[in-house]
Amino acid sequence: MSLELVVSDISKTYSNDTVLKNCSFTFNSSRIYVLMGPNGSGKSTFLRICALLEAPDSGDINFYSEGKPVIKDISLMRRITLLLPKIGVFNTSVYKNVAYGLKIRNLKIDSASRAEHALDFVGLLQKKNQNALTLSSGESQRLGIARALVVEPEIIFLDEPTASVDVKNTEIIEDIIRKIRKDSRAIVMTTHDLAQAKRLGDEVLCIKDGQITERPG
Amino acid sequence: MDFMVEGFVQAFSLIIHLDPELLRIIVLSLEVSGIALLIASSLGIPAGSILGLKKFRGRGFAISLSNTFMGLPPVVVGLFVYLLLSRRGPIGFMALLYTPSAMMMAQTILIFPIVTSLCHSAVISVDPIIRRAALTLGATPFQAALAVVKEARYGILSGVIAGLGRAMGEVGAILIVGGNIAGYTRVMTTTIALETDKGNFELALALGIILLIISLLINIGLHLIQKKGMVRTIR
Repeated sequence: MSLELVVSDISKTYSNDTVLKNCSFTFNSSRIYVLMGPNGSGKSTFLRICALLEAPDSGDINFYSEGKPVIKDISLMRRITLLLPKIGVFNTSVYKNVAYGLKIRNLKIDSASRAEHALDFVGLLQKKNQNALTLSSGESQRLGIARALVVEPEIIFLDEPTASVDVKNTEIIEDIIRKIRKDSRAIVMTTHDLAQAKRLGDEVLCIKDGQITERPG
Repeated sequence: MDFMVEGFVQAFSLIIHLDPELLRIIVLSLEVSGIALLIASSLGIPAGSILGLKKFRGRGFAISLSNTFMGLPPVVVGLFVYLLLSRRGPIGFMALLYTPSAMMMAQTILIFPIVTSLCHSAVISVDPIIRRAALTLGATPFQAALAVVKEARYGILSGVIAGLGRAMGEVGAILIVGGNIAGYTRVMTTTIALETDKGNFELALALGIILLIISLLINIGLHLIQKKGMVRTIR
């Protein structure tokens, strides 16, 4: 199954500051969309609205599965995920951090092997028993990706996934993002790094004056 | 000076020989404070969590009230519970005055604000990103709230242990509502007060030593919990 996200005319204003203005776009599966724009341009707000964590002031967010509209409820929210710039590490083991998504969904079958597979995927399996708070920034970010991936979301929103990590971890994370796309997921990520946007993006978009435009060239 | 040395010698003798009366008093103290702690925690942890997580009308007042009641004078609580339980009081028909249940009730009232306030402080000190992270992973609002409470577990446990410390050392309230009846409502602190008055220092000292040991163990427990909660971060 794959999800399609249609954003129609959304606007968002924070105390007289219009961040998004009649923003529209359609996100299809198996593609990486990279969203660029200066600080405060509304990239993170846009991702939070798309991930249904925040409501727009006006406009609509709709999801479609095989052409049919999907009801916006907790089941839909469990088919998408947003990785925040600061991932919010739980004060417990790396393994339990990753298994959290499975636990809240009450998925007990194969949960151990799924969590371990996700950890292996991001290269953290050997650290599964370590307290997650002791990981480095880059490792934390990879943990965040594993935590998001373990529940097999159909759309992944990544808010500046390499903002505070070193070159080596950036390369690892970029590799992981490329691998994820192969599983017919849509990936929508933000970055300030144009070179990274070109390396990863099937489509590079820009948020300017509250609207999304395709970046030329 | 000699009477003090003699008192200590006899006190240690009582402890070493596991004096039955001494043991009975210790067991009753632990029972009363333990059950009071259990009730206060079962009410105080949810109350503190709600105060920390939910925004509602009167929340600020409830927090101030809880913080104020942390310093409730035990004798006032004793008086209040006495009035409630006395024959002419609203629940006097239950005939609970001068029973261990009355002592548990008084101690619960004393501990509840401590557990609630410290739980509230622990919950609000959790990084708000934790709740948001849980939501991004598909948690329901309730599951996200639970994730926050779980993150606050070491702070909450500290509150529970602080409550136990208060209960174990308390004398005013339980003396009023328990009556210090030998073999029935006599606990460590009330016995110490009574035996000191009578000039029987050996039992008072023995119980004092036990109380200090318990207090020390509680503090070691608190220290270990706080130490476990502080994970060294490389970042």
